[in-house]
Amino acid sequence: MKKHIWSKVYFFLVLAILYLPIFYLIYFSFSSGSNMDHFKGFTWRHYQTLFNDGRLLAILLETIMLALLSSLIATILGTLGAIAIENVKKSGVKRLLLSLNNVLMVSPDVIIGASFLILFTTLGFSLGFASVLLSHIAFSVPIVVLMVLPKLREMDNSLIDAARDLGASYYQVFSQVLLPALTPGIVSGMFMALTYSLDDFAVTFFVTGNGFTTLSVEIYSRARQGIDLEVNALSTIIFLFVLLLVGIYYLISNQQGKKGSKLGGLLR
Amino acid sequence: MRKKQSFFLLPYLLWIILFVIAPMVLIVGYSLTNSQGHFSLQNFTLFFSKGTFIGMMLNSFWYALLITFFCLLISYPAALALTRLKNQQFWLMLVILPTWINLLLKAYAFIGIFSRDGMVNQFLHLFGLGPAEIMFTDFAFIFVATYIEIPFMIMPIYNSLKEIDPALISASSDLGANFWQTFRYVIWPLSWPGVESGIQAIFIPSLSLFMLTRLIGGNRVITLGTAVEEYFLTTMNWNMGSTIGVILIVLMTIVMVLTSRKQHKKEIKL
Repeated sequence: MKKHIWSKVYFFLVLAILYLPIFYLIYFSFSSGSNMDHFKGFTWRHYQTLFNDGRLLAILLETIMLALLSSLIATILGTLGAIAIENVKKSGVKRLLLSLNNVLMVSPDVIIGASFLILFTTLGFSLGFASVLLSHIAFSVPIVVLMVLPKLREMDNSLIDAARDLGASYYQVFSQVLLPALTPGIVSGMFMALTYSLDDFAVTFFVTGNGFTTLSVEIYSRARQGIDLEVNALSTIIFLFVLLLVGIYYLISNQQGKKGSKLGGLLR
Repeated sequence: MRKKQSFFLLPYLLWIILFVIAPMVLIVGYSLTNSQGHFSLQNFTLFFSKGTFIGMMLNSFWYALLITFFCLLISYPAALALTRLKNQQFWLMLVILPTWINLLLKAYAFIGIFSRDGMVNQFLHLFGLGPAEIMFTDFAFIFVATYIEIPFMIMPIYNSLKEIDPALISASSDLGANFWQTFRYVIWPLSWPGVESGIQAIFIPSLSLFMLTRLIGGNRVITLGTAVEEYFLTTMNWNMGSTIGVILIVLMTIVMVLTSRKQHKKEIKL
């Protein structure tokens, strides 16, 4: 029995270490000092600066817009791609398509960023919002494909034959038989695409020009200049927002019952 | 049917050609040309003749290996402990939640924690130690990288541990195995798929954490990822940058082929 107590202690120690840096940031966001060494008396000042900082708020909004737009388009492309791959008859071609699909999954971010930078320059495409959007779509497509494919394989093909026998058109088969069966995969794929986009720094850093910035890139350039407690205030806001989202997700998946509520969709 | 098929296939093929094949061809092309755009192997000869590049290459892999190893060392017991808790889904969610906070923010927190008067040095001071220079060291880089990757290791290991039939563990202890024997011969082998996917999820991203080497590792170019960034965005020598990138890809492919062959052998043995 004693062993169990120690394993509990160890787990909560790891958990504490995981949260320590985040709470460290939040703690000093209320400090009236200018560094993260000594707490100098309580203040809301950094939050006031943050909410008056139009530029940073615009970047925050653009980052969210970018994530929504890129994940939406990537989900459509990826779902079509998964159906296309599943429909390919020759196993060699199928394997080739799957390995090409996985290239961007296993490449280091710097390589993706660098090669996309070369691509956009070669095509004469100017760097900015559009190049960042295209890149985010590009690196989110494979994860959507990987999330949708298992659902396609699980699906009973006789359902499609049955629908066709009963006189459904191609479009009806697609929208009323195929899509509903794939929905769980599509939703978790879109979720992953969203987090990929929100989380990305390296690829964006390569393909963003001077005109467009995302939150990660902005935090990076501020952090390189040193401590700025406005960034701490920002991390408090982000932490609360994430807490809210994850809380909602937890409640929903708990309500749906234990059946399909694996938390895999939350990761990366 | 043909027409329907191409409706699904065409956009996807376009994506593959434009964002998978074209970038690969271009980066290989750039690596094989000089700054005038003529074919040349000079970048590769430069890479393999200069000690700094070889050192950097070994360094990258050594650091990625260390980060992966420390992650495994910390995460495996944590995942095992998690399987014994109540409300596992809730605790698992708390493990995953920090991954949703932007990586740059977490790195930024460590600038404060590791600074000369920061938390760690204040703590050391209580014991009459320090102040130690922690920022801008290789230790700081490895520590922060490990910190960031831990949840990505706990998650797959936990999943594979949960799939083990509890009856097997009971059987093992009924047959007189102590905890270590059960662990060595039952739990560890059965959780190996999770360990393996954890290793894969951490090793490759560890090679491209150039922002951490910039922010925490002291702005020195110590890994191949940082070198690629340096050549592309600072010195603007895309040809050399591409060469380093291509070498990184080749090395990674070798690593992946080697690990996947091992997997194959194991399948046959079972």
